Amino acid sequence: MAQAAAVAKPPAPPRRRRASATPRRLPYLLIAPAALLMLGFIAYPVVSVFYYSLQHYNPTKPWRNGFAGFDNFVHAFTEDPLFWDTLVFSAKWVIVEVSLQLLFGLALALIVNQTFVGRALGRALVFSPWAVSGVLTSAIWVLLYNSQTGITRYLADMGIGEYGTSWLSDTSTVFSAAIVADLWRGVPFFAILILADLQSISKDLYEAAEVDGASRVRQFVHITLPHLKDAIILSTLLRAVWEFNNVDLLYTLTGGGPAGVTTTLPLYIANTSVDAHNFGYASALTTVAFVILLFCSMVYLRLSKFGGESK
Amino acid sequence: MITKDAERTVPVTSAPAAEEPPQRPGKVHRAWDEVPRWHIYLPLSIYLVFTLVPFYWILLFALRKPGSTSLVPWPVTFEHFEKVWNERSFGTYFQNSVLVGVVTLLMTTLVALAGGYALARFDFKIKRGFMLALLCSQFVPGALLLVPLFQIFAELQMINSLGSVILAETVFQLPLSIILISNFIKNVPYSLEEAAWVDGCNRFTAFRVVVLPLLRPGLIAVGSFAFVHSWNHFLFALMFLSNQEKQTIPVGLNTLLSADSVDLGALAAGGIIAAVPVVIVFAFIQKWLITGFSAGAVKG
Repeated sequence: MAQAAAVAKPPAPPRRRRASATPRRLPYLLIAPAALLMLGFIAYPVVSVFYYSLQHYNPTKPWRNGFAGFDNFVHAFTEDPLFWDTLVFSAKWVIVEVSLQLLFGLALALIVNQTFVGRALGRALVFSPWAVSGVLTSAIWVLLYNSQTGITRYLADMGIGEYGTSWLSDTSTVFSAAIVADLWRGVPFFAILILADLQSISKDLYEAAEVDGASRVRQFVHITLPHLKDAIILSTLLRAVWEFNNVDLLYTLTGGGPAGVTTTLPLYIANTSVDAHNFGYASALTTVAFVILLFCSMVYLRLSKFGGESK
Repeated sequence: MITKDAERTVPVTSAPAAEEPPQRPGKVHRAWDEVPRWHIYLPLSIYLVFTLVPFYWILLFALRKPGSTSLVPWPVTFEHFEKVWNERSFGTYFQNSVLVGVVTLLMTTLVALAGGYALARFDFKIKRGFMLALLCSQFVPGALLLVPLFQIFAELQMINSLGSVILAETVFQLPLSIILISNFIKNVPYSLEEAAWVDGCNRFTAFRVVVLPLLRPGLIAVGSFAFVHSWNHFLFALMFLSNQEKQTIPVGLNTLLSADSVDLGALAAGGIIAAVPVVIVFAFIQKWLITGFSAGAVKG
């Protein structure tokens, strides 16, 4: 690198007029702190995960440690039913969660974009769960779902459901219960992003459409939605990646249970590495998760033609 | 409200479009103004109930006497708070979390400001590569890098020091922060800076005097993001800090959650202590947040 730069230097001097007031090294100096931090704490760990994925590495079973080739991957795909279960649950979790969040988020943004009395307060209130963390969300919903003193008790008193059941420890209700808890803080995320973009739509467009006699539905379909497209695509992707990767909520709300039915792939990986110390296998699973994420994101961006005409 | 109803009766088609009197600025476009009130208030109220009942529930458990099943927290008691703050060391956790949050905020904003400026204002050889790296890093799950990160911090002798958590939080906040800030800077006309150079400012002064003030909404959005994230995030602290005196609030909450017999009052009080700073930050920045996003996140 250094040599190449030195060789390239001599014929360069008058190349860039615009930046003549500044030394050419400035942009590199400016990105250096960020680049170094990311190299050390993201790139290097990623590489070491790839490296460990090809190793048997388990501090509690040192006699097996060493080069494994693709053993870990073969084991995951052919011998480990838990891997497939967690993969399927991850997909289900991300798809249901993100599409519901998008739907409700869009509706919420359209509502609080209107002028109405108490709008500022209304916005602040409906957006407030966005700031609440995974662990805190879990704490709140554990209180709500508590079988003895939670909302179930009061619903049972009103004749809905039965007293004494805990929605978090029943395999038939735990998925919906977790989804609702996560919706509670996820919908405001979408609403905020979409509202921000709604406000950048020029009012003239609507006035012109109004003059032309376009109905509100047509205005929504032909003005609002196309304008929101990029924001929706980007926030959906970010949220999907985030929902897939995030372990805070499920780790603390259900712990992956009951009977493992709410264990996502990342949660399974965390258990494999932290509890079972099987770092080699966990690294292989991490690699698979990373590839899946990257692949899905690329397909998604391609299918949705992100950025389309503008750039 | 009354004036709006009066306006609405004016037939739109009666005047040619060009001659129409200008709308009051700041008013939302007409078409959506005609949404019936109940179309706004009914769904909003339903959503408000969904949003607020959980908050009410946690307040209820935190404020009412242990063992009470009343739906109104009366008489109010603060014994859960005292217990959590003193016996469950939430006082210490709180200090640690504030330290982590504030230092992460400062580091993220500074480093991202430098990087964002470089991306917004310069063309350089590795620019595309750098931007690609920023984008790709969004797919790297922080939780899955726990093991290598743990090894790195062990090498650096930073296990059990808040520095490890601060560094990890900062690094994982950086990519998005840089992208956001560079978009904010792109929205500031370059000619403003050039004019300042002509007036004799150097690049740094020009940036400080001309660009920085215009970046305020963006910086507030990015900084508060970093603060809220590091305040809430829990896995890094759980993994890198084994010493209880070094722990942060979310880990304290998790301890309460995973206890054999969950003390619901303590859990609720701890949850409120965890929420208060974030809610304050959030209430304060909300105005800037929306404008910040619409300027930065979306037009990228």
